[in-house]
Amino acid sequence: MTDAISASGLIKSFGRTRALGGLDLHVRTGEVHGFLGPNGSGKTTTLRILLGLLRADGGTATLLGGNPWRDSTSLHRRLAYVPGEVALWPNLTGGEVIDLLDRLRGASNPQRRKELLERFDLDPTKKTRAYSKGNRQKVALVAALASDVELLLLDEPTAGLDPLMEAEFRACVEQERDRGRTVLLSSHILSEVEALCDRVSIIRDGKVVDSGSLSDLRHLTRTSITAELAGPPNGLSMLPGVHDLDVQGDRVRLEVDSDKLDAVLASLTSTGVRSLTSQPPTLEELFLHHYAVRS
Amino acid sequence: MTGVWTLVRLALRRDRIMIPVWIGAFVLMTVTSVAGTVGLYPDAASRTAASAGINDVPSLVALYGRIYDTTSLGALSMIKMDGLGTAFVAVLCLLLAVRHSRAEEEAGRLELIGAGVVGRYAALTAALLVSVGTSLVLGVVTALTLIASGLAVAGSLAFGAAWVGAGIAFAGIGVLSAQLTRGSRGANSIGMVALGAVYLLRAVGDSRGPEWLSWLSPIGLSQQIRPFAGDRWWVFLVLTGVAAVLTLGAYALHGRRDLDTGLLPERAGRPRASAFLHGPLGLAWRLHRGSVLGWAAGFLVLGAVCGSIANNIGALETTPQVKALFEAMGGQQGITNAFIAAELSIGGLIAAAYGVQATMRLHGEEASLHAESLLATGVSRVRWALSHLVVVAIGCAALLTAMGLGASLTDGRMLIGAALTQLPAALVLVGLTVAAFGFLPRLSALGWAALVAFLFIGELGPLVPLNHWVMDLSPFTHLPKLPGGAVTATPLIWLSVVAVGFAAAGLAAFRRRDLV
Repeated sequence: MTDAISASGLIKSFGRTRALGGLDLHVRTGEVHGFLGPNGSGKTTTLRILLGLLRADGGTATLLGGNPWRDSTSLHRRLAYVPGEVALWPNLTGGEVIDLLDRLRGASNPQRRKELLERFDLDPTKKTRAYSKGNRQKVALVAALASDVELLLLDEPTAGLDPLMEAEFRACVEQERDRGRTVLLSSHILSEVEALCDRVSIIRDGKVVDSGSLSDLRHLTRTSITAELAGPPNGLSMLPGVHDLDVQGDRVRLEVDSDKLDAVLASLTSTGVRSLTSQPPTLEELFLHHYAVRS
Repeated sequence: MTGVWTLVRLALRRDRIMIPVWIGAFVLMTVTSVAGTVGLYPDAASRTAASAGINDVPSLVALYGRIYDTTSLGALSMIKMDGLGTAFVAVLCLLLAVRHSRAEEEAGRLELIGAGVVGRYAALTAALLVSVGTSLVLGVVTALTLIASGLAVAGSLAFGAAWVGAGIAFAGIGVLSAQLTRGSRGANSIGMVALGAVYLLRAVGDSRGPEWLSWLSPIGLSQQIRPFAGDRWWVFLVLTGVAAVLTLGAYALHGRRDLDTGLLPERAGRPRASAFLHGPLGLAWRLHRGSVLGWAAGFLVLGAVCGSIANNIGALETTPQVKALFEAMGGQQGITNAFIAAELSIGGLIAAAYGVQATMRLHGEEASLHAESLLATGVSRVRWALSHLVVVAIGCAALLTAMGLGASLTDGRMLIGAALTQLPAALVLVGLTVAAFGFLPRLSALGWAALVAFLFIGELGPLVPLNHWVMDLSPFTHLPKLPGGAVTATPLIWLSVVAVGFAAAGLAAFRRRDLV
């Protein structure tokens, strides 16, 4: 598999503020890649460098095999971008904006446009100044999803959408993946990334601090286990990787580093297990784990 | 009415620079107008002759208004301020009223404020107070300025009152039109169309009659106060009544509508883009279309008025000073040609102002993130910028053509070519603005600074002998004086080369920089 996006050591400063301090990002062709980080961590700056709207101060970036700054025009015909803050010309209708953007990408699909308008319940005859934030977001999404391109760059695309539309958006992204498109989804909504993405990069202060498939990343964190045993447990506290152990008679609650699960389970079954629930770490915990390091 | 004062203070905080600058500009206009008149018509006889001369030329009466006391220095000095100046006061009050009511509502900020402890009519009242208050301050400051310039005290106060009257009437029209449309641009357009209509009404009433037409127009009413020629204060009361009726209408309409709606129905637009909206050029035309057509209509009228005045100019040839002034501005013998040439060069400056403003749209589109959407598609930066510049260049040419056409219609000679010779100089300013946009995007307004500098060079040049080197800085200095002068292609070609050079340098810089 080749990389649709490959960036290493990207550096970008605005005056004295350093937005990116050596960012590495690799997105494989055909995957949905989550780009996670809080506001101001450098997600949008990275996307704008990948689009050739900003020029990196240092590092290299390759997008669809080309140089995002030098080959921007030809690369842009092969991708669609949904900005985080969708600004539209107030006196054009939503339908006109969708057509204009798709014509400029040179790859519009009228059938799909019609279908998407229905799915997102968007009225294309309204002037864009009359749209709510969510509806402006839908205009940009429909324009991007209706064009036949290889790569979708989505910057917090569900920020203004209601839960129904968010579900519709997820269904659309899954379809796109099935059709073989690559998606880079920047977001700070963890459940969305968890539901959609094959792999995730977590960005903090302009650097990617962790990157990999969700199951890879889960190894770095703890699984929480609640069990009812046949008798009082013994030796659990001696096992490596066990945290927050709480024993009340036969009931046990504990957290365990995900790569030390084997030993804990062996110990539990040796006592005899009546019932057991285990919860894998959520992305939320993963995220907090990385951000807790800061303090 | 809770919260009105907080909103007024917010508005004044936002406009703390804009309002004083406007007022300062008005004061400057009145001062120069008085000083200029005293210089041009040094004695009573020449003033009387000039006043009678203006009253005899219907197109001048239509443009400015009538001088009701031909012996009065104040009436002659203030004739332009009484007509066009009053219209500018109306524009200021209209814009202020819409800016702090409908524009706030459209931007969604009123929703934020409306959810706080603020009465239903608070924003409307605050906008009205800011607009009316500004016109009052302007009136007082202007009256004091006129008194200080040596004009009669009673007349000066009446003149201030005439501006206040027009101001409050248009504050009323502003808040009224703000109830009609959902967008502030629409409300401003309705107000400007109303201003054009009432100005036309008084133009016809004053120049051809019947005279009561002028009494239907707030601008006409403002002039009927007759400062320095009777000082009829009761007419000011009539204007106050007009303003009150308009304002009450606005309050009544405001009570009947929801937040963020207009009373005029919002029409559904096209569900699909037409074949014309196919690329950046189609989009640029769509974005500039309204303003180009509006400006072109204005230029057509301007040209027609100039041509018509030029035909009657003989009546004004009262003093050697006036004659010398026109010949210096037009740069040739023959006062008719000199007058048209002078007016065409002013048209060139205004066309350049349009050019600078329209070119600044590049920066506006970039800052509002509209450009980002386009530049993330297969459109290159240069293609995007050029599509705007093509429309701007054609727009400038269209404005000058409209002015030439208007002048041709009333003068009888073909003047479109003469008007179009201004184009290369206007395009130099467009080029400068592009260069500023490319190299120093935060200082895109440099184009305006250059325009003001060239304006001063052009206006002062004939009056004060300026150094040649300074004069040559302005592209307008190099244009042939038409009609009547000899046509020389060399300066036109050179100016075009300079314009293209600036634009090319600006585009090259834009290609290499970050988007803001």
